[in-house]
Amino acid sequence: MSVFKEFTKGLWQELPPFRLVLGLCPVLAVTKSATNGLGMGLAVIFVLTWSNILVSALRKVIPRKVRIASYIVIIATFVVIVEMATQAFFYPVYEALGIFIPLIVVNCVILGRAEAFASKNGVIASALDGLGIGAGFTMSLVVLGGLRELIGAGTLFDVEIMSAAYRSHSFSFMLEAPGAFICLGVLLAIMNAVSAPSSS
Amino acid sequence: MEYVIIVIGAVLIKNILLAEYLGCCPFMGTSKKMNTAVGMGLAVIFVLTAATAVTYPIHHYIFTRFGLEYLQTITFILVIAALVQFVEMFLKKAIPALYQSLGIFLPLITTNCAVLGVAILCIRRDYSFVESIVFAFSSAAGFTLALVLLAGIRERLIIADVPKPLQGTAIGLITGGLMALAFFGFSGVDGSLNALMQQ
Repeated sequence: MSVFKEFTKGLWQELPPFRLVLGLCPVLAVTKSATNGLGMGLAVIFVLTWSNILVSALRKVIPRKVRIASYIVIIATFVVIVEMATQAFFYPVYEALGIFIPLIVVNCVILGRAEAFASKNGVIASALDGLGIGAGFTMSLVVLGGLRELIGAGTLFDVEIMSAAYRSHSFSFMLEAPGAFICLGVLLAIMNAVSAPSSS
Repeated sequence: MEYVIIVIGAVLIKNILLAEYLGCCPFMGTSKKMNTAVGMGLAVIFVLTAATAVTYPIHHYIFTRFGLEYLQTITFILVIAALVQFVEMFLKKAIPALYQSLGIFLPLITTNCAVLGVAILCIRRDYSFVESIVFAFSSAAGFTLALVLLAGIRERLIIADVPKPLQGTAIGLITGGLMALAFFGFSGVDGSLNALMQQ
């Protein structure tokens, strides 16, 4: 039961971009469409889970003083695997995510989980923690990406939702940087408003 | 003249924060007070320029020569981490006054994606060495400009009557979005400059 909790806490209690306000850059940058958000989310789940497993497995071997550097090397290894795999098998996704695939290395969520969780807990708990936080991260990216795509382009996962008239005069600024910032800010405010009574 | 276009492009049109989405964590984290924002901005200018100056030769003289491009991500992040550590130690010894003001921000910069991002962008855009340095410096200057502007606005937001759920990061993000919208006004400037140059 407690192991199950490691997974579910990432979905609401510690939902990464909103609760922890970490890893904002990819959240803002790749959520032009729900598909891009999903691709980024899956990449992050992979890197986060495997780096958590490896950090946790090696937690007694890595000396405390060089732990951050070691974590970065572990994370970077998995990021390179993801980079090469997407380049080989999912080239459109690789093109769309661009520079943000190598930048998963400096996503604070991943280093944060390695330091705060995986370095103190067992392998199975760490793997579930990685999966849970990763799933929460993916969920947030897909919601934000879906919202921006729906308002900005009138489509969802490239399926046309809105009428043709809407699509030809859509709020295209939602697809650009201002839309990303404002949309995330409004979602954050909604989450604050929803969870305020329970926390106080 | 093409350097002028790079500078204007990096500072105003394709601002790394407001248009390229790099370095958003410190954008939200260190923009609550003006002096923190200035300190972070200066530290980023310093480290970004130095990091690009180091990563460029590594890529062009070691990786491309021996076909090791796949090591780019791992090596760059380690080089940046080492450089930040080195800069910190150097400043502590040589310029204690500057160290005092930059001190706490330097370790944070290792995980600032703007540094790694700009280093990789320089490689992907095939800039020459001088162009890379100019681009890195002006990107960092653009970062500082946006950060200081936002800090100025957020200092005033403290005394404003903001609805409770919007307080803190949420209103910061919305303010950032409005700033990005304002920076949209600069788009097209590079095109007109290019046209001017060709005349």
